[in-house]
Amino acid sequence: MSHLQRILESGQFAVTAECGPPKGADPETVENKGRLLSGYVDAVNVTDNQTAVVRLSSLASCVILRGMGLEPILQMTTRDRNRIALQSDLLGASSLGIRNVLCLTGDHVCFGNEPHALGVFDLDSVQLLKVAREMRDEGRLCGGDRLESCPRFFIGAVENPFADPMRFRVRRLAKKVKAGAQFIQTQCVFNLKRFASWMEQIRAEDLDQRVYILAGITPLKSARMAEYMKEKVPGMDVPEELVQRMKKVSSRNQRAEGIRIALETIEALKEIPGVKGIHIMAIEWEEAVKEIVEEARLLPRPPVAG
Amino acid sequence: MITATRKPMDELRAILAPFRRILIVGCGTCVAECAAGGEKEVALLASQLRMDAKLRGKDLEVGEATVDRQCVYELIDELTSLVGMYDVVLSMACGAGVQAVQETFPQAIVMPALDTAFLGESKGQGLWVENCKGCGHCRLYLFGGICPIARCAKGLFNGPCGGSRDGRCEVDESVPCAWAQIVEALERRGQLELLEDIYPPCDWSLVRGRGPRRIQREDQRI
Repeated sequence: MSHLQRILESGQFAVTAECGPPKGADPETVENKGRLLSGYVDAVNVTDNQTAVVRLSSLASCVILRGMGLEPILQMTTRDRNRIALQSDLLGASSLGIRNVLCLTGDHVCFGNEPHALGVFDLDSVQLLKVAREMRDEGRLCGGDRLESCPRFFIGAVENPFADPMRFRVRRLAKKVKAGAQFIQTQCVFNLKRFASWMEQIRAEDLDQRVYILAGITPLKSARMAEYMKEKVPGMDVPEELVQRMKKVSSRNQRAEGIRIALETIEALKEIPGVKGIHIMAIEWEEAVKEIVEEARLLPRPPVAG
Repeated sequence: MITATRKPMDELRAILAPFRRILIVGCGTCVAECAAGGEKEVALLASQLRMDAKLRGKDLEVGEATVDRQCVYELIDELTSLVGMYDVVLSMACGAGVQAVQETFPQAIVMPALDTAFLGESKGQGLWVENCKGCGHCRLYLFGGICPIARCAKGLFNGPCGGSRDGRCEVDESVPCAWAQIVEALERRGQLELLEDIYPPCDWSLVRGRGPRRIQREDQRI
C-alpha cells in the first residue's frame, strides 16, 4: 500500500515535495535531491518533463528514488503519450513498486525546448484519472480489454485554485474526484485569501470529505523570482504585497524572507479546515525543504513501513 | 471554408526555378474568400513573377486561369486545353485542389503555391480563425457551440486546464480560452450540468483510423 495513503488515512498532516529530474542521463542529480528530501517528506513527486522540457524520465527517476528508500509519486502528463503508452507505463510503474501516480494534462509544448513537437493530448487529465482507476479497480483498459493483473496505485490530481473561470474550478475538481482522484496537490499558494475562499467552496460541496487536499508551497528565492512568477508564470497568483515584502529585504536576506513567508503560509494553511497536508515545490532549491519542515514543526515524519 | 496563405516568394522562386512556362491556376471558392488563391491573387502573383524574372534576366512566360473549384473534376476539366502549353502548373488551391489537378493531368507537373491551413471562419477584415478540426463526429451541442478540439490549445474535453486566466489562454494571450467560453455559453443556456459528466476519450479512429477518409454514398451514384 502507498505510504502516503496510509499517512493521510491515519489523519496525519502529510508533507510531500517535488523533485525535478535533470536534463541529462546522470542518476546522481536525482540521488542528491533524494538525499536532501529523505526523512523530511512522506513522498516525492517526480515531474514529467515539466514545462515541456525534455528531462530524465519521471518513471526512471521514481525507480532511483525508490531504491533510496523514498516514496515516489509518479507524475504523468497526457501531453507526450497516447492512451496505449500511458496505460503501458502505468502497468510498468506498478510492476516496479511505484504506488502513487499523479495525473496531469501537462504544460503546452510551446513552453518547452521542443516547441515543434506534436502535443498528443489523446486523453486529458480527467480521462487519465478514470483510466487509472478502472485499470486498478476493474482490471479494465480504456478500450475495454481485460488485464491479467491489476496495477496498484494511490491516485492523485492537481488543481489550480487561482485559475479561471473561478466559479467552475470547484465543479471541475469534483469531476476529478468522480474520475478517481484520491488526493489533490494544488498550485503554489501565495494568495491565501483566494485559497481560503476556494477551500470554502470545496467544503460547501463536501469535497474535503472525499479527497485529501495538499496545499502547494513554493519558497521564494528572491524578489526577482516573486516578480517573475507574478508576471510570467501562467496560472500563478502572487499578490503585489508579497513582491513588495521581498523587495524590502536586502538581496542577501531574500531567501530567508522567502522561507519565512512559506512558514507563515503553512501556519495559516494548517488552520484552514480540509487542508490535509502540504506539497513543497522548492524549485531547484531542495535544501529549503529540510528547513521549512523543521521550522514548521512537522518532524519527525512517520517512517516508511517495510 | 478552407483557409490558406501564399508561400513566400523565395520558396516559390525555388520551386519554379527549372521552368520557363508557368500556368498559374486560381481557385474561386475557399481560397478566394480568404484572399490567398482567387482570381485577384493569381493576377498579383503573375505580375510579381514576371517582374521578378525581368529583374533576374530570366525568360519567363506566365499564363493565368481560374476555375471555380479545383477539387471538382468537371471544373478542373476547363483547364484541359491550357495545361499542355506550359512546363508547370502552379496551383493556388488548397492541397486537395492541387492533388485533384495533378491527378486529372498525370503528365503535367503541378506545384502548390499555397500553404493550406485550416477550416475556419472569416472573423473580420483580414482575420480568419480556426474553429473546426473535421473530427468526424460533431459534438458542438454538448459544448455550447464552441469546439474544444479546435479551439482549446490542448484539445481538452474536460477543461479548462490550469492555464486559463481572465478568459485568456496561457499559450497566447490574444487567444480566448475556449473553456472559459464553453462554461460561459452553457451557463447562459442554463446547461452547465452538461459538464458534470466525465467526457470519455475521443474516438480518433474517425479521423485517421484507416488512412485517408472517404465518404461513399450509394444514393449519390448515377
